[in-house]
Amino acid sequence: MSEVLVVIDHADGEVKKPTYELLTIARRLGEPSAVFFGASAQGDAVAEKVKAYGAEKVYVVDDAELKGYLVAPKAEALQQLVEKSSPAAVLIPSTFEGKEIGARLAIKIGSGLITDAVDVQEGPVTTQSVFAGNYTVTAKVTQGTPIITVKPNSAAPEESAGAGAVEAFAPTISDAAKTAQIIASQPRKSTGRPELTEAAIVVSGGRGTGGNFEPIEAFADSLGAAVGASRAAVDSGWMPHAFQVGQTGKTVSPQLYVANGISGAIQHRAGMQTSKTIVAVNKDEEAPIFELVDFGVVGDLHTVLPAATEKVTQRKG
Amino acid sequence: MNIVVCVKYVPDSTADRHFEEDYTVDRVGVDGLLSELDEYAVEQALQLKEKREGEEVTVTALCVGPEKAVDAARKALQMGVDKAVHVVDDAIAGSDYAATSLVLAKAVEKISADNGATDLVVCGMASTDASGSVIPAMLAERLGLPQVTLASVIESQGDQVRIKRDNEGSTEVIGATMPLVLSVTDQSGEARYPSFKGIMAAKKKPLETLSLADIGVEADQVGLSVAWTQVEDTTARPPRTAGEIVKDEDGSGATALTEFLASKKFI
Ligand SMILES: Cc1cc2nc3c(=O)[nH]c(=O)nc-3n(C[C@H](O)[C@H](O)[C@H](O)COP(=O)(O)OP(=O)(O)OC[C@H]3O[C@@H](n4cnc5c(N)ncnc54)[C@H](O)[C@@H]3O)c2cc1C
Ligand SMILES: Nc1ncnc2c1ncn2[C@@H]1O[C@H](COP(=O)(O)O)[C@@H](O)[C@H]1O
Repeated sequence: MSEVLVVIDHADGEVKKPTYELLTIARRLGEPSAVFFGASAQGDAVAEKVKAYGAEKVYVVDDAELKGYLVAPKAEALQQLVEKSSPAAVLIPSTFEGKEIGARLAIKIGSGLITDAVDVQEGPVTTQSVFAGNYTVTAKVTQGTPIITVKPNSAAPEESAGAGAVEAFAPTISDAAKTAQIIASQPRKSTGRPELTEAAIVVSGGRGTGGNFEPIEAFADSLGAAVGASRAAVDSGWMPHAFQVGQTGKTVSPQLYVANGISGAIQHRAGMQTSKTIVAVNKDEEAPIFELVDFGVVGDLHTVLPAATEKVTQRKG
Repeated sequence: MNIVVCVKYVPDSTADRHFEEDYTVDRVGVDGLLSELDEYAVEQALQLKEKREGEEVTVTALCVGPEKAVDAARKALQMGVDKAVHVVDDAIAGSDYAATSLVLAKAVEKISADNGATDLVVCGMASTDASGSVIPAMLAERLGLPQVTLASVIESQGDQVRIKRDNEGSTEVIGATMPLVLSVTDQSGEARYPSFKGIMAAKKKPLETLSLADIGVEADQVGLSVAWTQVEDTTARPPRTAGEIVKDEDGSGATALTEFLASKKFI
């Protein structure tokens, strides 16, 4: 069986859940070979994690010389790994960085690129959600090695023991690839809540919060949810951009999405329409968000949410 | 200094966007416009020019798309760019990212040959129809340039460019030397509206139409039939079944909401 390259999504060696989803998907296409761009010293620990999800090989690419630059060096490294392993496909997490790596790689190796897949089956045949979630598209790559970027929550991670053989890989990086420099990087403070794109439940607030996100955050915490925001709330300076859901923010596809004081503009829908269950609280019964909901409350979020928070907490009691 | 700003003509996202029988996006039957996200690119290109007082700066808008796509180029002219180039050719229809980036790259080279070397290619963060956010990186790869993407703040001095951006888990400052490809987000600041004066002035500005032959691309390098990816099927999402909607009266909303969440096992 051919190898399938899977780029590991991690933060300083801490493997993120989408990696396990990608490995699960990779097993449908061939033998997963995980690719770790990080510190060599963390390679063994990372390999332990990913082999539990079927990684047969783990290529460790020490990133001491690459991490100060944007995506070009990683694309070069992947090109060399593709040449070495002739994989059946390359799977990359669908972050902005992942998509840009895929883009450069696609041109380098003359292969088709499919972005933002929400499912990948044998073939590989991909499923994407387009036009703000109004259409589903299935597609495949017809030239070269399929390069597919996959969104979080695209598969339920399934454990399966792999060999997890660690192989150090030292790519040759050209000077031309080291031209866009990361001069400073400030990690965002953790909120202690689940990651927006990975969360099973997302509770969002919009202009209707009037700038007070306390009821949103308290309700989110009672449900163990991540907090999101509309662009109106972000533009007003009430929430950082990292919390924005929608076309120019994050796309989320949780089990439950609760929109509070959000009207439901198409650009907001683009980021949440594929959520399994949708709930809204809005004081305007004509708000377009109600066209999407499984359950809606016409009311003031400032009274409905605190009362609901109390009831949820009681039930959990 | 020469700046090229890439502007795409896209179907209106508030209209009924759909596919043709060959699974390509219907770009003719649905009202189109200059992608809202590319207005931010035009704005930043114009601000870069305005900040370089005393320096000769030419901003050229570049649009690849069908006949009607010329509207996007016109809008950019009205907003204030100096020139526009529209690449239109029947053979381009149905092109995927790879082919589109080829046409854009060749067009940038042609603009450089005519106007002098291009220092900066400015793109939007994503097109509102494909929303791939990959063209800037592909363009950079094809042109052999650095890419500095998703900028919310842009500063430049001499041939140095510095941007600020939000990454997945951090805020970053990125720097590179021109020539380079830059993409900007909708956090970079409101785009200007064309003024009456701008609209009048646009009528006299150069708007060049180029074919594939003009930019040195063969018809069989682009289009649906040679795309590196192929759509197998498209399905409209079934409309969501109407949900239950209750009016909150004296706390009834919170009770009903909690019961709904419990019935779905979210509590
Ligand atoms: C290119 C582009 C990209 C965009 N990208 C995004 C994006 O990524 N994400 C995004 O969200 N938007 C995006 N937008 C903006 C989008 O079009 C809307 O303007 C935005 O989503 C509106 O946010 P909102 O629903 O919070 O505000 P509004 O539309 O003003 O709605 C506020 C709602 O709150 C309700 N309300 C008010 N008070 C209360 C109360 N006390 N209790 C309960 N309800 C109350 C009102 O009835 C109303 O329905 C984009 C727009 C463009 C042009
Ligand atoms: N056909 C096109 N004509 C001009 N610019 C384009 C075209 N397609 C994409 N672009 C540019 O590339 C950016 C990203 O597009 P995309 O990768 O499709 O999301 C857009 O915001 C535009 O600046």
